[in-house]
Amino acid sequence: MPLLSISNLEVEFETAEGVVKAVNGMTFDVFEGETLAIVGESGAGKSQLVLSFMGLLAENGSVSGEAKFRGEDLLQMKPRELNRIRGRHIAMIFQDPMTSLNPFLSIEKQMTEVVRHHQGLSREEARAHAVEMLRAVRIPDPEERIKQYPHEYSGGMRQRVMIAIGLLCAPELLIADEPSTALDVTVQAQITELVGELRKKTKMALVLITHDLAAVAEISDRIIVMYAGEAVETGTVDEIFYSPQHPYTRGLIASVPRLDRISDDELQAIPGNPPNLLELPIGCNFRDRCSEATEQCLERPPVWRATSGRTSRCFQGIEGGEIVNE
Amino acid sequence: MKPEAETKGLDLTVEDPFAEVFVEKDVRGRSLWLDAWQRMLKNKAAVVSGVIMLVMVLMVIFGPMLLPWEPDYTDWDNTASPPSMETRHWFGTDAVGRDILVRTLEGGRISLLVGLVATLVSLVIGVSYGAVAGYYGGMTDRVMMRVVDIIYALPFMFFVILLMVVFGRNIVLIFVAIGAVNWLDMARIVRGQTLSLKNTEFVEAARACGVDHRAIILRHIIPNLLGVVMVYVTLTIPQVILVESFLSFLGLGVQEPMSSWGALVNDGAQDMESAPWTLVFPAAFLTVTLYCFNYIGDGMRDALDPKDHL
Amino acid sequence: MNKPVLRVQDLAVTFTSYTGNLFQRRQRQLRAVDGINFELNPGETLGIVGESGSGKSTLARAILGLIAPGRGRVMWNGEELTGLDEEALRQKRKELQIVFQDPVASLDPRMTAGDIIAEPLWTFYPNMERLQVEERTRGMMKVVGLLPNQINRYPHEFSGGQCQRIGIARSLVLNPKLLICDEPVSALDVSIQAQIINLLKDLQNKLGLALIFIAHDLSVVRHISDRVMVMYMGQAMEVSDKTKLYRRPLHPYTNALMKSVPVPDPKLAAAARQDSWLTGDMPSPYRRPKGCIFHNRCPFRVKRCEADIPALRRMEDGDWVACHRAEELDLSIQVAASG
Repeated sequence: MPLLSISNLEVEFETAEGVVKAVNGMTFDVFEGETLAIVGESGAGKSQLVLSFMGLLAENGSVSGEAKFRGEDLLQMKPRELNRIRGRHIAMIFQDPMTSLNPFLSIEKQMTEVVRHHQGLSREEARAHAVEMLRAVRIPDPEERIKQYPHEYSGGMRQRVMIAIGLLCAPELLIADEPSTALDVTVQAQITELVGELRKKTKMALVLITHDLAAVAEISDRIIVMYAGEAVETGTVDEIFYSPQHPYTRGLIASVPRLDRISDDELQAIPGNPPNLLELPIGCNFRDRCSEATEQCLERPPVWRATSGRTSRCFQGIEGGEIVNE
Repeated sequence: MKPEAETKGLDLTVEDPFAEVFVEKDVRGRSLWLDAWQRMLKNKAAVVSGVIMLVMVLMVIFGPMLLPWEPDYTDWDNTASPPSMETRHWFGTDAVGRDILVRTLEGGRISLLVGLVATLVSLVIGVSYGAVAGYYGGMTDRVMMRVVDIIYALPFMFFVILLMVVFGRNIVLIFVAIGAVNWLDMARIVRGQTLSLKNTEFVEAARACGVDHRAIILRHIIPNLLGVVMVYVTLTIPQVILVESFLSFLGLGVQEPMSSWGALVNDGAQDMESAPWTLVFPAAFLTVTLYCFNYIGDGMRDALDPKDHL
Repeated sequence: MNKPVLRVQDLAVTFTSYTGNLFQRRQRQLRAVDGINFELNPGETLGIVGESGSGKSTLARAILGLIAPGRGRVMWNGEELTGLDEEALRQKRKELQIVFQDPVASLDPRMTAGDIIAEPLWTFYPNMERLQVEERTRGMMKVVGLLPNQINRYPHEFSGGQCQRIGIARSLVLNPKLLICDEPVSALDVSIQAQIINLLKDLQNKLGLALIFIAHDLSVVRHISDRVMVMYMGQAMEVSDKTKLYRRPLHPYTNALMKSVPVPDPKLAAAARQDSWLTGDMPSPYRRPKGCIFHNRCPFRVKRCEADIPALRRMEDGDWVACHRAEELDLSIQVAASG
C-alpha cells in the first residue's frame, strides 16, 4: 500500500481576474522510503499541490479530490486531526528558513516545543533528543549552538536546523519545498547530500519540490514533471534523465548550464514564459513554447503510459506504450 | 543643451530570439489600486457602509435646505414634542421647540467637517514630516522624531482647555487643536513605513538611475505608503469626530447657535427622561457614522493587504 | 590594445556596527570588500563569483558610488569617481548602470512597465517630449524582447523573467557604457535563466557594453564572461581568463565552487559527489582566519597557509591567484569531449 495516495486532486483559487486552476487533476502515489521529486517552473502548481493536502492553502483557495495518507483522506480531516498528522507523521521544510523560524525564540525552545507537544517528552529528554538531531544534520558543537537564536546561524545552518526540526518526530514523510534554492551552490550541495543520507538512514519517504532538475538528479527515485497544474511526464530518475519523452522535460534538462562539458554555444533556454493560468493556450498547455509543436497540438494531448509505468502527456507518445485517457 | 542632440545616440535596435509577434493594440494594465478596489467591492460591510456614508453626507449637506424648519426656529406650539407626522417634527423637538431632525443634520455638518478637515491637516503634515524624517534618517530623523515625542508628551485635554481659556471658544481652534495632535501618530506611522521602503530594491534602483531625493519620495515612497495611510485616515476620522463630541460634551466644543452631534447628545442627555428622542436621534447618527467608518477602514485594510495568494 | 574604461584600484568597503549595551558600546568592523583591483576593457565581460557574504554585491555598489568606499579608487575613463560630489556622481549614472538580483522587488509595484523604463529619461531629459519618451520606451521593450503593447501593465502582471527584462530595459534606456548585473538570474527558474543570459550577451555584442556579471554559481557566468574573478570574504582569490579557469582552476576555492555545481545526470552526479570536499560555512566575517582566509576549509593546506597571507600574484600566463601552492597543485577538471 502506498504511504500517500493522491488521486484526481484539483486546486482552484478565486482571484479578482477569475477562477484560476492551479492544480488540475493530479494523481500519484508516494511509497515508503522512496524519494519523489516534483519538478516544474514557478506557476506550475507544485507548491500549491502540496499545500492543499497539508491544509495550508491561502484563504481564497479550494481543493477537491482525494489525498489518502495510510488510507485516511487528509482532505476530509478536521483541522485538529490534520494538525496531529502534520509534524508527527508528515513534516514540511520551506524555501526560506528565516521566515519559518521564530526570531525571538532560541533554537532549543523551538525544537523542544515540537517534541514535547507531539511526543510528551520531559524537558531534559526533549533537549537531549534535539541535540542529537542537530548532530545528525552536522551542526558543529550542538550542545552550545542549541542555545543560540536563528539570526546567529548562517543561511545554510538555518536550513539544517529546519531539517532537524522536520525530523524530530521521525516522520514517515518529509516534504521539502525548494529547500536549497535560496542558498549558495556550495551549501546547496551539502544540503542535498545531507537530505539524501538522512533518508537512507531513516527509511522515511521524501517529496522534493524544485525548479532545478540537476539538484535532484542524484537523490531522487522517481520524478514528476509538472506544467500548468498538470503532470506532463512521470518516470524513474533514469527514465527522465536518459530518455525524456516530453519536449518540456527535454527542455528542462537542456537548460541546465553544465561545467562538465566543453561547449561555448549559446545556452539552451525554454523560450517564452511560464504559463499564465488565466490565458492557457488552446490544446496542449505547452504548445506556444514547444519547438516540436504541430497542428495536432491544437487539441488536448492524450496521456501515454508505458509498461514500466512511466507516463507522458504528449501526442508524440511513448514507444511501446498506450493511451490511457480521453 | 537640446534634448534631441543628447538623445541621438540612444537609438538601438537589436533583435532578440525570444521577441514575440508584435500586436498593435495596447493591453490595459491592472494596477494594485484597481485590484484593491475590486476586492473592496466584494466586501459587503464596507460597501453598505460606504453607501450609508454617502447618503449621510448628502443628507447633511442638502437636508437642512429641504426641510421646512430653520435650525434655530423655535416652534412655541410644539415644545418638547415627541416625533410625529402631524406636527411635521419627524424627530420631535427639544425643550425650546427646535426641530431635532434639522438640528441633527446641521450638527452633522460640523461633526463631519471637523472629522475631515482635522484629518486632512494631520494627513498633509504627518505624511510629509514622516516621509522626510524616515527617508533622510540619521540626525535629521532623530531631531524630527524627538520633536514629535515632546509634543506627544503634552497632555492633550489640558492643552485644549488651555487654548479655549486663552482664545475663547472658537470652531477654528478646535480644528487646530485636534489636527495639531493627530498628525503625530500619522508622522510616526509614515516614518516607520518609509524606513522599510527606503531599503527596498526599487528605491535603490531609482537611486542607481540617478533619480533625485525629492522625486524618490514623491514618486516611489509616498505612493507605496498611501495604502497604510488611507486605512489610518478612515480610522482617524471617527476618532476625531469622537474627540470633538467629547469636547462638546464637556462644554468646550462648538457654541450655540451652532451645534454638533456631541453638543446635541449633551443637550439630549439632560432631558433624557422627559424627552428621550432628543438624545436618541443625534446619538444614533453619531454611532452609525462611527461604525461605518470603522467598517470602511477594515474593508480597506483587507483589500490593500490581501491574505489570499496564488 | 584597448584602453581600459574601468580601473578599480585597491577598493575597500568597511561596515561598522555597534554591539553591547547602553554603557559599553563596542564597535565591530566588517571588511566587506578588502582591497580589490581590476581593469575592464570596453566590450569586455568580467564575471564575479563567490558565496553570499563574499562582498560581490557590495563591490558592485561601491563601483557605482551607491556605497562610499573606505579606501581605494574607481577610475572611469580616466576620471576618478570616488570623491565626486553627489550631483556629479548622479550625472555619471547615465553611463554606469546596474541590473538587480530580485526582478520583482527592484520594480516599483505601483508604476507601469512603461513608466519604470521611462523614469531615467524623465530624470535626465526632463524636456523630452512625451511622445518621444513613449516611442523610446516601446523601442526598449522590443529590444529586450517584451511586447510593446504591454506598456501599461504593472510588474505583478509579468512573470519573473519578464520583470527582469523590464529591469534590463530600464538600465539600458540611457545608453550606458558599463552595465553591472548583480546576480540577475539567481531568482529565476533554471529554464528562464538562459534566456536572460543570452539576451545580455546579445545586447552586449551589439551595444559594445562593458559588463560586470555577478553570480554565486560558476556555471552561470561561464557563457557570458571573458574573464572571471572569484571572491572570498571580500578578497579576490583568482582572476583568470575564462577558458583557462574552467579547464584548470588555479585556486582550490575555485575548484570547490566548480565541483558544487549540480550535474543533471544521475550517474555522473553520484560520481561527482565523491570528490566534492568543500565543507563547512564561510567563517564569521568578524573572525577572519589568520594566514590564508580560506585555509580552514582547504584540503590542500600546509603549515605555511596558517601563518602567511598569500598575496594576489600574477602567474606566467597573466592570470592572478592568491594561493601559496598554485604552481604545484594540478586542479584540472575532467570534462567530456563535447556537449
